[in-house]
Order: sequence, then structure tokens, then C-alpha cells
Amino acid sequence: MSIATGRTQETGQGIGQSLLRPDGTLKVTGEFAYSSDLWLDGMLWGATLRSPHPSAWIRSIDVGPALKVPGVFAVLTHEDVPGEKFYGLEHKDQPVLAIDQVRYQGEPIALVAADHPETARRAADLIEVVYEVREAVTDPRKAAFDLTIPPVSVHGNLVRHQPVRVGGTFTADVVVTGEYEVGMQDQAFLGPESGLAVPAEDGGVDLYIATQWLHVDQDQIAPCLNLPKDKVRLTLAGVGGAFGAREDLSMQIHASMLALRTGKPVKFVYGREESFFGHVHRHPAWMRYEHGADRDGKLVYVKAEIVLDGGAYTSSSPAVVGNAASLGVGPYEVPNVFIDAYGTYTNNPPCGAMRGFGAVQACYAYESQMDRLAEACGLSPVEIRVRNAVSQGSLLATGQVIDTPAPLADMLRELDAMPLPGPSSLDLRELPGGVAQTTHGEGVRRGIGYGVGIKNICFSEGFDDYSTARVRVELLGDEPHVLVHTAAAEVGQGLIMVKTQIAQTELGIDRVTIVPADTTVGSAGSSSASRQSYVTGGAVRAASLAVKERLDALTADGRSLTQVLAEEGPVEETREYRHRRTFPMDPLTGQGDSHTQLALCVHRAVVDVDVELGLIKVVELAAVQDVGKILNPLALEGQIHGGTAQGLGLALMEEIQVRDGKVLNPSFTDYLIPTILDMPPMKLSILENPDPHAPYGLRGAGEPPTLSSTPAIAAAVRAATGLPLSRVPIRPDDIALAVLA
Amino acid sequence: MDFLRATTWAEALRMKADRPDATPVQGGTDVMVEINLDKGRPKALLDLTPVAELTEWSVESGNIRIGAGVTYTRIIAELADRLPGLAQASRTVGSPQIRNRGTVAGNLGAASPAGDSHPPLLASGAIVEAESVDGTRMIPVGDFYTGVKRHALASHELIRAIHVPVKRGPQYFSKIGTRNAMVIAVCSFGIALNAEDRTVGTGIGSAAPTPRRAVEAEAFLAGNWPAGDLDPAVAKRFGELVAAAAAPIDDVRGSSGYRVHALAVMARRTLGWAWQELRNGGRS
Repeated sequence: MSIATGRTQETGQGIGQSLLRPDGTLKVTGEFAYSSDLWLDGMLWGATLRSPHPSAWIRSIDVGPALKVPGVFAVLTHEDVPGEKFYGLEHKDQPVLAIDQVRYQGEPIALVAADHPETARRAADLIEVVYEVREAVTDPRKAAFDLTIPPVSVHGNLVRHQPVRVGGTFTADVVVTGEYEVGMQDQAFLGPESGLAVPAEDGGVDLYIATQWLHVDQDQIAPCLNLPKDKVRLTLAGVGGAFGAREDLSMQIHASMLALRTGKPVKFVYGREESFFGHVHRHPAWMRYEHGADRDGKLVYVKAEIVLDGGAYTSSSPAVVGNAASLGVGPYEVPNVFIDAYGTYTNNPPCGAMRGFGAVQACYAYESQMDRLAEACGLSPVEIRVRNAVSQGSLLATGQVIDTPAPLADMLRELDAMPLPGPSSLDLRELPGGVAQTTHGEGVRRGIGYGVGIKNICFSEGFDDYSTARVRVELLGDEPHVLVHTAAAEVGQGLIMVKTQIAQTELGIDRVTIVPADTTVGSAGSSSASRQSYVTGGAVRAASLAVKERLDALTADGRSLTQVLAEEGPVEETREYRHRRTFPMDPLTGQGDSHTQLALCVHRAVVDVDVELGLIKVVELAAVQDVGKILNPLALEGQIHGGTAQGLGLALMEEIQVRDGKVLNPSFTDYLIPTILDMPPMKLSILENPDPHAPYGLRGAGEPPTLSSTPAIAAAVRAATGLPLSRVPIRPDDIALAVLA
Repeated sequence: MDFLRATTWAEALRMKADRPDATPVQGGTDVMVEINLDKGRPKALLDLTPVAELTEWSVESGNIRIGAGVTYTRIIAELADRLPGLAQASRTVGSPQIRNRGTVAGNLGAASPAGDSHPPLLASGAIVEAESVDGTRMIPVGDFYTGVKRHALASHELIRAIHVPVKRGPQYFSKIGTRNAMVIAVCSFGIALNAEDRTVGTGIGSAAPTPRRAVEAEAFLAGNWPAGDLDPAVAKRFGELVAAAAAPIDDVRGSSGYRVHALAVMARRTLGWAWQELRNGGRS
């Protein structure tokens, strides 16, 4: 049931094999063509003028000085938006370009196209905007609860309030309370927002773009351009990471507007600093929890208030709130639940999708609470979790029955039984502070912590979540060959290999080509919610089986496959695949079968902390994850390592610092992400308890490790320091100055 | 922006005299980043990479004369035995790619209070060799830093080399960052013991408008030079005096309170390591 890491490379075809991805070597050697590498002769470069203020009226915009710059072809404002002026994933509340006011620092106001990127930027700086600065609304708790605060959005200051109400017993022998805070994490993808819009002869536009979901982009772009959807054609360009940050539009409409206006191809590439203003971030969270248990540590109730700051526009905040509410107690059996989850509008940077999507914030809080409860009950962190763990047949807080395997207690026991690492050597690279040599061992204490997370896989709450695949078998060079065409975005997760391997397995043909993703085939849905292996994998499988059925019928007369294809021509089938239906949460009680699949991951973290300086070295991370079915072991391990590293980043260093609505650290100099010296080796155990509802029994795998590694590391740091540490990321100040006090 | 390229040192000096507004560029790890971020755009760049004589170091009367084009990677590989403090600091600079390009002279030219090479240069009493068509000036490094990102060079001068005394006792460098590699200093500290003179040199980084020495701490230790083992009370007091010499601010990288505290800890610890090495006859 489990595999160990470090296995030798498999060389076979089909699912279960570690096929190497075609983009891997290219990326490592710097030869991969990203969207920022797109080029056409005679193309123009776009630049965006953004608001320096988090909240202001715009009294006037004078584009005249920019238009006078030689080399400038167009300068556009909201008045030039050809169609609808607003777009958005859930509510169309975000202006394509600011109209009369700005609601966050970095909000786009005007666009420039010029024959050189530098010229475009210089010209944008010359646009004269007169602002009347307003006081920014920056405290999300005030925004949520104080009715005297002026509304930031046309929807008020509350995006969504989702209660969860179960049972009526809210007293217990053992009660622990805590307040927790999660800072604003960024997806920090390495390939900044970029793309190329090419005006077409039919009056439409061809857009080459790095995105997570081509069709939802198309749905939002076309009305703003006042074009029918078939005149806005999107092709996926090389994506340099996504993690949720490419769910919302960035420069798509802007580039298209400039291309249509100038009649020339227009390219945008955001710089690193602009990128921090060009996409949504993970919602920062303020959470108050109360856990009640009997003296044996069995949970009686959980009460929680969760406030998630969505910033200036809606983005995907409603769904993020839904996740935080429905998964707010974690994978534990809790007979009485009282949760209120809120999403707010403020003048802070807009927040939306990021790997883990609302479940991450709640996980940090409920796992911190489980450790407090363990201490109060005199139990080990593992034992308290085992005693309350869900299993198949358990109820979620929403009343939904977990109807597939969920062996959490076994996973915890397996994790606990893994051997612990020995003491670190005195090599500086193994000590807190690294080669910067802050200790030779002085002040260093070891801590161990555990974290458990549960994540919904695929879109929830009644969303019509499907994918489309077109599979074609034909002769190429006298050999049978498979073409797989979907609109699913390969964002670095390895979906190309999964599609290849499924086609190989179902058709028995090794030679598979993945056609570039574009909008000439039906929607694949988003590359998010850990859903593409499930949904697009399911679609490729269904289309492959349909092709296989026709081929079997054609070869029933004894002809060979090659003969059939030569005589009958290519065989092609297109299929849509949907997962089980989900249902909305009851707006008053939160009850409902809102999720289609649930995935578990558990982490153990071992850390060495220099308690005097507050510096931390994560010595080892061990994890047990149930993925139902392993499709590509190598790619899967990479996903677990990467998800774990992103959780480590949130625990220890990754935070967009915002003061008075302004971002203080929009650079990789001061927004730190883990290096290889920060991310330790991992011990992995990967389980395959199949979900009978999913293709091959698979369970989405990309997000769950991001949930559980953060609380495991935080718990280990608490164990090493004895400090409560109720906020992530944990800063050196939080430890060093507290120890001093 | 004009791009000037000098192939000899004499040519570089002439170019700088003609164009005092030109910013010299060597590894480009600082200058090019600033330009790309649009933070100040020089009227001209003076590329010094073709000037071969800058890429050499030599021994001159007890000092290592490090040419302005010698990279951090070479300091780590070639000078760690004689300039351990500077080599340790070099090891913490950026990534391997940055260390392959960046230079100590560039660190001085940028004069950022967070530059990693400043504390060991201060601690060991380095001297900056500045040159122009008018001649050469030897500037003690303590006089070189005049403000945040400002230095004592005249507009027509270039850094020719840095003269760093060969170690006369144990040296250590220590730097706080919020991750374990590739990080700008929250604060840093360099110490150099002079076993013969029974004196100590210090350098504080990223905790004041300029890199600076902790003069009172130096005097205190010289006046209380331990006869045998290091008295923990002396080490503690030394740390406190180092911290007292700092004037840090709160910023995105850390609070002033943390910087003061961390300096005291680093000073105490590095003194402990240095003293231990001294007692062990030079072995760390």
C-alpha cells in the first residue's frame, strides 16, 4: 500500500510509471519557452499605469503627455473599454481599468502600447492623474462587523458569511481557546504575468497566455471587448507556475484592447515588482477557536470565528470562505459545531485562490488547537488526533458522510513509527542560520510537531465541474499514433504526462502527442483544486475508451489496427467528464454534501531552533498521504515535496507585509521563499486506498501537503521554544524577544 | 544612457575624469538590479570588466591588496586562510551565481549599510585604494562610509583595490537572515582579534545608517584582555557594548529591538569562538 522514496527510475509506459516530463530538462537548462518569451516581428509592448494609493477618487486623467512620446501607439483608459467595463470570477465587480476611483494600491488605471517596453513604461509614468486620497479601510474585522465603516465594494464590506451549526452542547470538562493569525502569503510563481495578443483579420483577437483556465478567461474577456466568444481565441503559452495566482485575469483584456486598437500584436510582461500587484494573494486570516473535550480527549464541540480578508474585489473569496467553514474543524469527529466564517472587502490587496484555498488558514488554527488540547488532556499530539480522527463513515461538520476510505488514525500511527533523524552535525549548513554562522550549536533546541489536513478536491458547492477531451488515433509514419487534445492548463504540475499515460494505458498505444491547449476544444475547467488528474484525466480516459470501442469493432473482422486506420482513416471521439454532483451549503446551518472528494495528508516536522536568535532550521519533514492511486510516482513525489515547501514558507518566512493598505516588500529580496538550504529532505509514505468514484480510484494530491506542513512546523517550533506562537509566519523577533522577556 | 567600456586602468581613469557622472560597473549584481528596478538611472555606465589588472590580488607589506575585480568566489577559494573574516562574509553573499560575479569593491561602491563585506573590512582595519587622474588616495575603510549608500569617493575617483591586513588572530563573521541562504542581512557582525597587540577590531552591518565599528566594545576588551579563559561576564559586556554602538531602525526585515538583541548575541558568540581558537593555538 505504500511506496518509499528514492526508487529507481521506471521506464515503462502507461499509468504507474515515472515517465519524464518533456518540459523538465528544458526548464532546468533555461530553454523552455515561457509566455514571456513570445515574440512577433512588429509587435508592440504594453505597460500599465497603476494606482499608488489604496483608496482614492480619481478627479482627472490626462493622457496627453504620454501620447506625445515618440514610439507610443496608444494610451487607453476605462473610456476605451469596448464592452462591459467590469469582470470577475464570481461577481463582475472588478473594473477593467479604474473608473473614477481606485480601491487598492496597484489597481490598473491606464494602458500604453509602444514600440519598446521602456518607452511604454516611461510614457505610462507621464500620464497625469489627479487623485483625491481617501482613508483606506484596512482592518478586516472592523470591515466585517462595524457598520459605520464606509463600504469599499458595491456589495458592502462582507463578501460572504457562512455559518456552520451542528448540535447544541457547548460545554465540556476540558476547554482550550486560542486566537490565531495567518499572514498574507503570495504564490510567488517565477514566471511573471505575460502574454501576447494578436489582432485577427475577422476583427477578433488571438491571445497567447499563461493562465490556469482558458475558457473562464475567454468568458470574461469577450464581453469586455464586445466580441462574440468565438472571436476571442486563447492558446496556452508556457506557464511559469500558477498556484492559484493565474485564476483571475491580469493583462488579458488589456493586451487585447491595445491589439484591437493599434492593429498590431501587443505583448505584456510584468516585472517582478509589478507581478506582486498583478495577481491576488492568499487571504490573511484572523481566527478565534474554542475546543471542548471530555477528560479522555474526545472532542465535544468546536466553536470558531474565521475572518478572511478578501481585499478590494470579490475574486474567489466566496468559495474560499466556503472551504474555511466546511473544513473548519479539520478531519475530526465533532458532534457539536458552531462556526462563523467571514470574507471581507477592504482596501488591502485583493486575495483569492492559492494552493489550499481557505483550508490552509483553518488548518493552521485547528491543528494549533489540537496541540493545546493534547497538552490540557495530558495526551501526546499523535494520540489526541488518533482519538478524534475521522474514518470512512464519519460525518464532516457539514453533515456530509465521508463515503470513501479515510484511514487517518492509521496514517498517524505510520507517521509516528517512522524513525526520527539523529542530531545535526556542526556543519553550518545544518544549523539554524546556515552559512551565515550565527551559531556553532549555542542556543539550539530541537522540537517535533505534527499536522493533519483535509482538503476538498475539485470544485464544490454545486459547481458544474467538468472537463473535455478529444482523442484521435491515426497513422503517422505508418504507425498508430494518439493525439490528445484538451484545454487543460499545464502549469508545471505534470498534467501532460498524466494525459499521455492514461491514453497509453487505455489504448495500448505508446506513441502519444499532447496537442497544445486552446479554446478550439471544450472547457477543461481550472488547473486548481487538485482537480486535473481527476477531471481531465477522467475525460481523457472516457474519450480513449470510446475510441478503443470503435477500434475494437473495426478490428473485429481480423484486420490489424494499422490496416484499419489506413483504410478507414483516423478515429476520433470527444467526451466530457463530470465528477459526482455537489450541493450548496445551507446558508444558515452550513449543512450539505458540498464536496465531491476529500484528501488527507499528515506531516511530522523536526526542527532545530536557535532560541536566542529566533532562527530555525527544519531538519526533516515526514509525510503520509493517501492518493488513492499513483499515476506517476516521480511527479507525485514532486507535488508532495513542493506543496510541503510552500507550507514551510508560510510557517517561517513568506508574507506580503501590508501597512495602511500598502505593500512593503514587493520583491524577492524581501518576500522570501524557501531555498534548498531551508527545505529539508523528506520521508514519504504514499498510500493507495482507492476512491471508487474517481478515475482509477485516484485522489487529487497537489494541495493537501500545503495544509499540514505549516501547522506541523509551527508545532515543532513551539515544542522547541515553549512559546505559544499563534501567528504564522513565525518571525525571529517572535522567538528571540519573547525568550528574552 | 551611455555605455563606456575601458580596456585598461589608465583608460578607465580618463573616462571617469571625462564623465564623472558615470557609474562604474563590475559584476553588475547591484548596479544592474537597481537599473532594472528603475531606482535611479545613471547618465552613463563605465564597464570595468575588461580591465585585467583589476582581477588580481597580491601581498603587499602584510596586507592583501585585492583588485577591484576580484570576485567573492575567488576570495573564498584563495584567501580564506589569510582573510578568514572576509571569506566567511563572502560565503554569505547571495547565491553561487552572484558570488561568481560580485566583488568587494562593488559592495563598497554601493555602500549599502547591509553590504556583507563591510563588517570584516572594518574589523580588520582595511584601507580603500582610490585612484583618479590626479593620483591615489588611501582611505581607511572607517572613513569611507559617509551615509546611507554614500561614500567618500570623489566623482572622478574609482576604487582600484582594497588593502586588507593578513589576519593577526582569529576572525569571525556572523549574519542574521530570515532564511538559511541567499538573504540580505537583518544585521551582521565581524570580529578580528589581534593576538600580538592584544586588541580587537569590530564591524557592525545593517544596524546604523552606515557600517560602523563598536569602538567602546573594542576598548573594553583591550582593557580587559583575558589572561586565560574568557570570562562569560566579559563576553556579555562586550556584546552589550557592541549592541549599544548600533542605531538600527524598524523595517521589513526586522525590528530595531531585535537587531540590538541579535548584535549582542552575535558579538558574544563570535568573541567566544575567537577566544577559543586563540586558546587552541589558532585551531577553531
